[in-house]
Amino acid sequence: MALVEVQRISKSYGALQVLTDVSLDVAKGEVVALIGRSGSGKSTLLRCINGLEPIQAGAIRIDGVQVNDPTTNLRKLRQEVGIVFQSFNLFPHLSVSDNITLAPRVVKNQPPEAARELAREVLRRVGLEDKLDAFPAQLSGGQQQRVAIARSLAMRPKVMLFDEVTSALDPELTGEVLKVLESVAREGMTMILVTHEMGFARRFGSRAVFMHEGRIHEEGRAAAMLAEPKTLELQTFLNAVLH
Amino acid sequence: MIRTFSYVDVMYLVAAARWTLALTSTAFVGSALLGFLFAIARISPIAPLRWLVAALVYIVQGTPLLVWLFMIFFGLPLVGVSVNPWLAAAVAFSVYGSAFLGEIWRGALVSIAKTQWEAGASLGLSTFQQLRYVIVPQSIRIAIPPTVGFLVQLIKNTSLAATIGLVELTREGQLTAAGTYKPFAVYITVASIYFVLCFPLTQWSRSLERKFDGAR
Amino acid sequence: MKYGLQFRDVFAAWESLLDGVLITLLLSACAMLGGLAIGIACAAGRVYGPGWLKRLVAAYVEVIRNTPLLVQLFLIFFGLPSFGIRLDGFTAAVLALVINLGAYTTEIVRAGLEAVPRAQVEAGHSLGLSGLQVFRYIVMFPALKAMFPALASQFVLLMLATSIVSQISVEDLFHAASIVQSRTFRDFEVYVVIGGLYLGLAFVFRGLFAALYYWTFARR
Ligand SMILES: Nc1ncnc2c1ncn2[C@@H]1O[C@H](COP(=O)(O)OP(=O)(O)OP(=O)(O)O)[C@@H](O)[C@H]1O
Ligand SMILES: [Mg+2]
Repeated sequence: MALVEVQRISKSYGALQVLTDVSLDVAKGEVVALIGRSGSGKSTLLRCINGLEPIQAGAIRIDGVQVNDPTTNLRKLRQEVGIVFQSFNLFPHLSVSDNITLAPRVVKNQPPEAARELAREVLRRVGLEDKLDAFPAQLSGGQQQRVAIARSLAMRPKVMLFDEVTSALDPELTGEVLKVLESVAREGMTMILVTHEMGFARRFGSRAVFMHEGRIHEEGRAAAMLAEPKTLELQTFLNAVLH
Repeated sequence: MIRTFSYVDVMYLVAAARWTLALTSTAFVGSALLGFLFAIARISPIAPLRWLVAALVYIVQGTPLLVWLFMIFFGLPLVGVSVNPWLAAAVAFSVYGSAFLGEIWRGALVSIAKTQWEAGASLGLSTFQQLRYVIVPQSIRIAIPPTVGFLVQLIKNTSLAATIGLVELTREGQLTAAGTYKPFAVYITVASIYFVLCFPLTQWSRSLERKFDGAR
Repeated sequence: MKYGLQFRDVFAAWESLLDGVLITLLLSACAMLGGLAIGIACAAGRVYGPGWLKRLVAAYVEVIRNTPLLVQLFLIFFGLPSFGIRLDGFTAAVLALVINLGAYTTEIVRAGLEAVPRAQVEAGHSLGLSGLQVFRYIVMFPALKAMFPALASQFVLLMLATSIVSQISVEDLFHAASIVQSRTFRDFEVYVVIGGLYLGLAFVFRGLFAALYYWTFARR
């Protein structure tokens, strides 16, 4: 059974149809690169998977638990699904350590010392152990994004969603974040990531999914699909992002 | 003699509102003239002038309007001006209002980037010309919504003139209440008239704010 | 004839003035606590409540903010007895001030709550926090920080505005002026001194609020 099952979902904002009949299965340990033009619905798909947006048709299941079911405990489910946003969304009034330990402490009731130890551990994984007591405003964009990833890791999710996590960063800062993503991928984390970094998608994506106008237009093994796009739309898109 | 609170009384109250409006207009003009000078003084390069006006603003914003009203009411005779509620109210509201309006306008002026002054200066404009042609036109958009908000405060504040015996809307209400023994009906009517005067302005100020926010 | 300013008689009446200061302080404290409580409750209703509650709160805020405090005070003190509700001056004054300040505070608190970006709330939810936890740990502190300056200046304005309760014979600081005035006949000097006392109170209030802000928010 796939870890993430998206079955024929549709999503609209009022009259605007954003996702149409989208289906996607992600197995444990897979790294799926979600690509597509701006406005094609990539972010919306991630937000639906995390239950941040309601859907109008279809079903989404994480490890067998249905997301779009009113009886499901969304909070419990979200603990298993980490999401990292393009704009970091760190809590500016909390230190790095408090940003990371907040959910473990108040959601999972971990004792403060254990949570702090956890913060130290996940920060080590993103290479920022020395920033434990810094505040978000004192960090560079790349560092903030790595803290956001650490914050998500600290919940020990089964799957992680990344939405263009390097797009808000200067080119020289994207490298450090991509390196963190690589190591998380190598540790066997199941990941769905929206990205414009085709090189990264090719090397670490086990699969690529190309979205176009709210539908999945083409999918396949990342390296093969990006090297030899079948549809005209994907060719056009790749030409546009690679040049 | 006790009479009932009738349609005629309502009409009298509505008529008294014109004195509220007259006082508001007078005070607004006074506040605007004085407030503009204050705003300019507060951004002028002459430090003592800035400090002086800042101190004045601090004092005015730290004392009740009622105190100014009474101080000027009783102070004017000392400088040889005969006691006149209208004059006292006009002066008090102008002084009091100028401190608030001056700060609103100063805020609008300083919100314009320094580079705009420099751009003006690099074209050879004098300081006054930079202000006149570059800074003020840009800051007006920013200043209008809070200025309308100030006007609403002013309308409501003129009710305090009743305390020195100036017959405007609130004073007329007090007199009517005393004559009819229907204080609740009278004061509800008075409040409604104020509401009718203020609410459209409040809405207008809010819509301007939204419009300017959107345009930025 | 030249008039000589003379403050000695006014200062000699310092006991009356002190009594007035204490009443003004008491009145301000009551109004601030009550107004803050109402403001927080109404803002929560305005932001998180169902549609009818939102409209009700909006109506309350508009009615209060578009009518003078003096008229609100008269309505409560002189108007309510028509319905058999007879309040003493101090109670009526506190009630009017609380209702008035509550409306302004509602708007300030609402703006503070809305100043916290939606993305922050979402980030909290995506970590599995409950609605209450998101409020407690993510929204509350930045919202308080955002609203504090406006709240502080509103409180100072309120303290100054309490002077109008003298119009329903509550013996506050401004009322003390008329007592001293009738005793000394130093009309102008009395109001200069009273003005100075209010200025001192405003100074102290501003200082306290600034210190509170510094110790609570500014050190991070
Ligand atoms: N809250 C919303 N309300 C209304 N429309 C929305 C909302 N969020 C997104 N949309 C619309 O849904 C469509 C898909 O948006 P989405 O953010 O999923 O695109 P995307 O593929 O992530 O694009 P990008 O690469 O620019 O991030 C767009 O047309 C967008 O305008
Ligand atoms: Mg997006």
